[in-house]
Amino acid sequence: MISNRTQAAIESYTHGRGDDLLVVEGIRKEFPGVVALDDVQFRLKRGTVHALMGENGAGKSTLMKIIAGIYTPDRGSLHLRGEKIALDSPLDALERGIAMIHQELNLMPFMTVAENIWIRREPTNRFGLVDHRRMSRMTRELFDRLHIGIDPDVEVQKLTVAARQMVEIAKAVSYQSDVLIMDEPTSALTEHEVEHLFDIIRNLRAQGKGIVYITHKMNELFEIADEFSVFRDGRYVATHASADVTRDDIIRMMVGREITDMFPKEEAKIGDVVLSVDKLAVNGVFHDISFEVRAGEILGIAGLVGSGRSNVAEALFGVTPATSGTIRIRGKETAIRSPGDAMRNGMAFLTEDRKETGCFLILSVLENMQIAVLHNTHVRGGFVDQPAVNRLCEDMKGLLRIKTPNLHERIENLSGGNQQKALIARWLLIKPSILILDEPTRGIDVGAKAEIHRLISRLAGQGVAIIMISSELPEVLGMSDRIMVMHEGHATGILDRAEADQVRIMELAAK
Amino acid sequence: MSIQQTDTALAAGEKTRKRLPPELNILSVLIGVALIFEVLGWILQGQSFLLNPQRLTIMILQVSVIGIIAVGVTQVIITGGIDLSSGSVVAMSAMISMSFAQIATYDRAVYPWLTDMPVIVPVLIGLGCGLLAGLINGALIAYTGIPPFIATLGMMVTARGIAKWYTKGQPISFPTPEFAAIGSGIWPVVIFLAIALLFHIGLRYTRYGKFTYAIGANPQAARVSGINVKTHLLKVYAIAGLLAGLAGVVTAARAQTAQAGMGMMYELDAIAAAVIGGTSLAGGAGRITGTVIGMLILGLMTSGFTFLRIDAYYQEIVKGIIIVAAVIADVYRQKKRTKKA
Repeated sequence: MISNRTQAAIESYTHGRGDDLLVVEGIRKEFPGVVALDDVQFRLKRGTVHALMGENGAGKSTLMKIIAGIYTPDRGSLHLRGEKIALDSPLDALERGIAMIHQELNLMPFMTVAENIWIRREPTNRFGLVDHRRMSRMTRELFDRLHIGIDPDVEVQKLTVAARQMVEIAKAVSYQSDVLIMDEPTSALTEHEVEHLFDIIRNLRAQGKGIVYITHKMNELFEIADEFSVFRDGRYVATHASADVTRDDIIRMMVGREITDMFPKEEAKIGDVVLSVDKLAVNGVFHDISFEVRAGEILGIAGLVGSGRSNVAEALFGVTPATSGTIRIRGKETAIRSPGDAMRNGMAFLTEDRKETGCFLILSVLENMQIAVLHNTHVRGGFVDQPAVNRLCEDMKGLLRIKTPNLHERIENLSGGNQQKALIARWLLIKPSILILDEPTRGIDVGAKAEIHRLISRLAGQGVAIIMISSELPEVLGMSDRIMVMHEGHATGILDRAEADQVRIMELAAK
Repeated sequence: MSIQQTDTALAAGEKTRKRLPPELNILSVLIGVALIFEVLGWILQGQSFLLNPQRLTIMILQVSVIGIIAVGVTQVIITGGIDLSSGSVVAMSAMISMSFAQIATYDRAVYPWLTDMPVIVPVLIGLGCGLLAGLINGALIAYTGIPPFIATLGMMVTARGIAKWYTKGQPISFPTPEFAAIGSGIWPVVIFLAIALLFHIGLRYTRYGKFTYAIGANPQAARVSGINVKTHLLKVYAIAGLLAGLAGVVTAARAQTAQAGMGMMYELDAIAAAVIGGTSLAGGAGRITGTVIGMLILGLMTSGFTFLRIDAYYQEIVKGIIIVAAVIADVYRQKKRTKKA
């Protein structure tokens, strides 16, 4: 079935048949000091899902923003349904049938689902007032067509992230959009929700819409995309049908070089138990979690989103202190009521959400790196020994190969991978003996991923006890010595490296 | 390989671009405003505006008291908060400290049995009043989770109320000469500049300062980085209160009288000075040097308009416009920066 579709796709591509929905050619976009896109092309056909692939900074987002009317290109042309267009605003794009579903969802939380969808286009009664009953009915009809089961009259703030995304998609469809742009739509969804989203996408595809899809997740690419285009350093590399290539081919195209060893697990000497957790619980969130981690060991924690993985990490680090259970560090029972307590006991915690709980976006790389180390050292009489701290941070910058013009650059101007490295540097500066990593490589490109994996391995080799939470099974399997699997707030099993594989983890995770 | 090459090229390009101190913009506004008054002075009044030491001294004396509270307010705004109570706290501290500074020969002293006290007593009481108000602000914000706007709005009304209730609206006068000396001559200016210098250093070179910026930039990340955000906020608001208390003492000493209406709207001038000086209301950014320059701009305008004999009404209209224009300029700067990224 897939091969038929893609075969047709390839034929229409090579023969240049007239079913191109959107054609972008020769696009160039410059920002002060940077050429974001240069001579880029892209072709979206009716009834296909077209994935954009590339490392962070490759130009995918810029291209999407041009298609959605947010940026105006410096050069190049856009043709929609064979007609040349120039977009002057996102609204203009929307009215022409190009809708973008943002990574950060743009709904108004205190308004109902129906009000959100029909905003600016509310049906009115003969007094010119909003006809709420008709609006609900219109919403219900729209949802029926898309197989979405959400109450139109509920406030958006009460919906899950997945449900909000469905509302965004329905809103886009309600504009009769032909082109739908989705930027990492699955990053916050559970396995089950992803399946539902894919059903909706397939349904839209069958209706002849063209879907532009951005993802960092390779397996999604093979599951949902018909075609994909690869970009690198602001340039177009190639377009292929996804059935024709392997994962390695794509990575090679994205990176422009081979990444030989994605998970460079080194043999580390496993030492004494550093951290042992007994019957740890946070009321109503997770229960009865017990495990140990030894020096030099990497304990992976796997489980679906919402299984309580991150909550365990937050309890260990005192962000949301545990309500019962004991934590022993080097055999000594320790009460951890705040992140400060955890740090005094040699713990460090790289959080899941780089932007929300990690970076000080408007501050410099230096300020971001030094904040944790200033708690205990390099401060005399309240004054920071800045020259010494600068030296340490410069060393870290070199060691982790953080790409930034200098340490005084604002961290928000760095790529995701380099931001993540700076945050890792923040924690390495306090020389932790226990390092908790929550999604250490989420949303960062392949090259930086491999580097961070190598670094984690090296740290374990130096005797750091590491707890690593990850949604990516290959990462958990590739890096961990043991893997604890969680499901709905309980640990469903701890697997040894030798006995763990994807199937066994999924069985435990979805129990 | 190609990736690395482009990155180093980019880095080289960045390095050649010079990094100018952010105060330069606002300093040029200060010079611009001064020059406009200078030119208008020659045209309309036939004399120089700037080359009049007496006028400049008065101008700086006028901004000194508000300048002291502006320093405290600046660090509050850097944490992402606001302090609306400082003007009222000035009045409350002025009243209460003055009541302990009266001379024995005055027969209607507030506390006839507590007159001719050593100068340290009223000063410490005045500072204590401010500190207490600040601690209450900080505790409300840190431990009950109500927004700083509301907590300090409550304090603004309450402190003003206390200042009025204290003597049922009567002014308090006749301080000891030692107390009056605090506000005499250029002492207020010296105190203001010393405070500004102290906090400039404090914010830039100490752990206290680093944590203040971090909390303003991202409170959640600050917490996860081990900063005790609640106690830090308590400190920041307490210090802002302490400085308002100090401003109260200086005002009372300078006027040699204390009235419940003192310090009216000072909080807004202080906030305006901080914002004109580049402190972001969103938190995480701002400098004391900017606030000092912002304060001087406000002072220059008042002094300049008076010099040109322009109606006080126009002064306020123009002041309002300048404040808004400064924030608009700041918003544009921010936008330009994000676009670059």
